Amino acid sequence: MLAFALKRLGLAVLVTFTVSAISFSLLHLSGDPATAIAGENATEADIAAINEQYGFDRPFAEQYAEWLWNAVQGDFGQSYYFKLPVAELIADRLSVTMTLGVCAISFALLTAVPLGVLAAIRPNSLIDRIALFISVAGQAMPSFWFGLIMIVVFSIKFRLLPPSGSETWRHFIMPTIVLGYYAMPAIMRLTRAGMLEVLNADYVRTARAKGAGAGRVLFKHALRNAIVPVVSLSAVQMGFMLGGSIVVESIFALHGAGYLAWESIGRHDLPTVQALILIFSCFYILFTLLSDLANAWLDPRIRVG
Amino acid sequence: MTSASAQTSESIVAVSRSVLLRRRVFGHYGLLFGLAVLGIVVAAAVFAPLLAEHSPYTQNLAARMKPPFWMAGSDPSHLLGTDQLGRDYLARLLYGARISLLIGLVTALISGLIGTALGVAAGYFGGKVDLAVTFLINVRLAMPVVLVALAIVALFGGSLQIVILVLGFLLWDRFAVVMRSSVMQIRGLEYVNAARAIGCSTPRILLSEIMPNVANNLIVVMTLEMAHAILLEAALSFLGLGVQPPTPSWGLMISEGKEMMLFQPWLITIPGIALFLLVLAINLLGDGLRDVTAPEAKG
Repeated sequence: MLAFALKRLGLAVLVTFTVSAISFSLLHLSGDPATAIAGENATEADIAAINEQYGFDRPFAEQYAEWLWNAVQGDFGQSYYFKLPVAELIADRLSVTMTLGVCAISFALLTAVPLGVLAAIRPNSLIDRIALFISVAGQAMPSFWFGLIMIVVFSIKFRLLPPSGSETWRHFIMPTIVLGYYAMPAIMRLTRAGMLEVLNADYVRTARAKGAGAGRVLFKHALRNAIVPVVSLSAVQMGFMLGGSIVVESIFALHGAGYLAWESIGRHDLPTVQALILIFSCFYILFTLLSDLANAWLDPRIRVG
Repeated sequence: MTSASAQTSESIVAVSRSVLLRRRVFGHYGLLFGLAVLGIVVAAAVFAPLLAEHSPYTQNLAARMKPPFWMAGSDPSHLLGTDQLGRDYLARLLYGARISLLIGLVTALISGLIGTALGVAAGYFGGKVDLAVTFLINVRLAMPVVLVALAIVALFGGSLQIVILVLGFLLWDRFAVVMRSSVMQIRGLEYVNAARAIGCSTPRILLSEIMPNVANNLIVVMTLEMAHAILLEAALSFLGLGVQPPTPSWGLMISEGKEMMLFQPWLITIPGIALFLLVLAINLLGDGLRDVTAPEAKG
């Protein structure tokens, strides 16, 4: 187990470095950062001064090495726009995004798992069809549009919920539903497929034959085994969701890291965008690492294979 | 189920593969629905100049925000009304179908080419090649797609070509994953070994033995990634960092209608429903193709 864990950890670190290198080069090679900061009416002298001040005139590899060395120590440089340390800016906003992420994944699990279980107990029944419809519709629904429709219905028509902001828990209800609905279809399908497989397994038949009650068979024997892949899928989905929060946060003006990313992209604030890409990637890498380790711990076959 | 099995057991020898396939296709309502809706959208896109009475770009400030035909005060020459600049909404919707289909198709082709090359190489050669490709897939999955796409489009400036290129270079991961595992499953089969034994070159084995047998999976992934690309383009354009105005992109139409959604909700519901239906149809088509070509994999 230790060997597997170390190998997996090494891979995660390697992936992190590669992502940082790719995103750094993409952002630095694709535009002229000095013009972006100085604005379109800047003179040549302005641009030269900015190049020197920020070190854009130095070799590319040197810039990357310096940025990486500082980033590892938690220093992501100064935001061009806010003139504040990027690390501070992001730390401020990250709690909102984390809250949203945790709420959304909880919402997705609390709706998708029961629905998947019910659908598996009665395949091809009405509830199975409803579950299928919800998941198919969920995959096709543009989340920004779903968010707007919710604002029209719940904020404008019925005046139940605030349309934007992040002050109270009520501001989080609609973003949670929109972001959670994005993760629901995959979780529901996996729960249903897992339950269908497990319910036909020999040990479930044995449990029934022994005379175990229906509830006991369902929760103690079947769900416990069917839920294992769902847990690792949720970890991956959580990583995707934090990256996807940029759309939801900008619709509801929820001042989290995703909103900061959107604003910073519009302002060509490279250090902030760079740091955010790296941080969102790290979250994804961390969640998949944890889920892989948990799986290997639960299932010895993975460790060896 | 029982009646169907009784029917097939009677004529089990007589039923040919093509008849079986036809039966499966016509018994699959999701697939039929997907085909029908996609057909309508493709027709709308191709014949947009014939179907639309107005240009999607001509502004008419005297006739701004005319409501669609089912509401009071509508103008019969603008069936779906006009937007905040007085442009015909039906024309913009029809021409918008071209943008969505173009983005979906070209993106899926680019990412399909990259992902298939990587996945087939990894699956066929295994070993170090496989390790390298798996690593690349991990790196790609770790990058937040929306964020990276937005950042690059913002730096290069939004245009149709840039959006297609960026999405094409970002969405290859699923192709690589699926092609890798499909090729792994068949690379040790007898007909592949036989081809190797009679001295076929590697490119020949890959192109004429491996590819035809994984083409089904490739087509299914292609439809799903088309849908994915269409949704992402709409989201990027909605956030203002995708296709730029005055191009009639559905995402952009929703973004422009957002300011008026309080009084004119149809400005966002019409393009939104179009987007939803198109993506739904492509997804159903993909799921249906999987069910029909590989019924044993139905999940």
